Amino acid sequence: MWKDLLVERRSKETLNALFFFALLLLFVFQFAVGPDRERLAGTLPGLLWLGFLLTGLLGLGRTFVVERENDCWEALRLAPGDKSAIYVGKLAGNLLLMFVVEAILVALFGIFFNLDLAGVLPALIVVIGLGTVAFAAVGTLFAAMTSQVRARELLFPVLLLPVQAPVLLATVKATEAVLLGEPLGSVAHWLKLLGAADVIFVTVGVLTFDFVLEG
Amino acid sequence: MLGANGAGKTTLLKILATLIRPTRGTAAVAGHDCVRDAEGARPHIGLVAHGSYVYEDLTALENLRFWTTLAGLSPVPAALAGALARVELERAADERVRTFSAGMKRRLSLARFVLARPSVLLLDEPFAGLDQRAKKWLEEHLASFKASGGAILMATHSFGRELAVADRLAILAGGAIALDTPRGALSADDVQRLYVVHTEDAP
Repeated sequence: MWKDLLVERRSKETLNALFFFALLLLFVFQFAVGPDRERLAGTLPGLLWLGFLLTGLLGLGRTFVVERENDCWEALRLAPGDKSAIYVGKLAGNLLLMFVVEAILVALFGIFFNLDLAGVLPALIVVIGLGTVAFAAVGTLFAAMTSQVRARELLFPVLLLPVQAPVLLATVKATEAVLLGEPLGSVAHWLKLLGAADVIFVTVGVLTFDFVLEG
Repeated sequence: MLGANGAGKTTLLKILATLIRPTRGTAAVAGHDCVRDAEGARPHIGLVAHGSYVYEDLTALENLRFWTTLAGLSPVPAALAGALARVELERAADERVRTFSAGMKRRLSLARFVLARPSVLLLDEPFAGLDQRAKKWLEEHLASFKASGGAILMATHSFGRELAVADRLAILAGGAIALDTPRGALSADDVQRLYVVHTEDAP
């Protein structure tokens, strides 16, 4: 993970691109929704996760770009021993990157839509955290699967989005309830679904990454 | 190992490196089958292909630390510094690889194997793009590896002094070994004549 973070810190390619993309998304959302508070309350959870989803697709899709650009994919395959450590490292790096971008997005949402999120922030962090782990776990695995194929930019979202459908449903529903000030207990069933998805997706990623890497 | 473009040199190296599976036949490295026991073969293999397998935005030392850790070895600072000194990159240890010449990247690529100590080096045109000084260094490094008991399989287009390290000479044509002979006292002209004889009728 430190290798990817070091490369990102020096190149700043992904973080800068995601930041400006998130900013552009917010401008578009602001124009689309306007100042109507009632309309905003109904669409905000969806917009928030649409922002996470689109920036996540861009960020996760670049997971193995550094290996492709430096011709290091084969060397990763040749490394002796358990390859799941590579998956865990890549996943940890992606999670860190996504959490940073999501924190910026939430803060900008608060500013752009004049929202007071302080009261709901702890609950919001729980929902976003659970949803992001599931998203990044599958995204990291699919990024590895598509990194060496043609049309990877098209294939990656086409593979990822259908698998993420139940996770997106749970996160949007839970976020909606949290933003309305409801306690986390009222969305426990969605949180359980997200927790189960996290465990399943991370386990599948760890167990199958070796096969994915070997092609 | 000599052969025209498309003769199968790189394919053979990748089969032996366990990166691709042969369509038929078997291949083994250090007694380990390259298909059925790829994990057993890999610790014995050091591959230097067209890419140098180094991250350009990391320094030489950071690259070496990463690959050493990934190989399951402990990245002891003194050992890393020693490996860089062995390939004469100690002064460039903290410089980003992006600024390195082709020869320096090739040396850094080989530094990985100073620590991992594979018994077989698979080299795909390792002299390509190197200046005379870098070529001389590489010749000496390969001779030293061979003298320490290591085996080298090298694909090359050169008939000259790069072959000095070789004990055997193989010529590939059309995906098959057309000639496999001890190099003995064959001169560069002899090798060139053999190359022409065995490759001009190849598909």
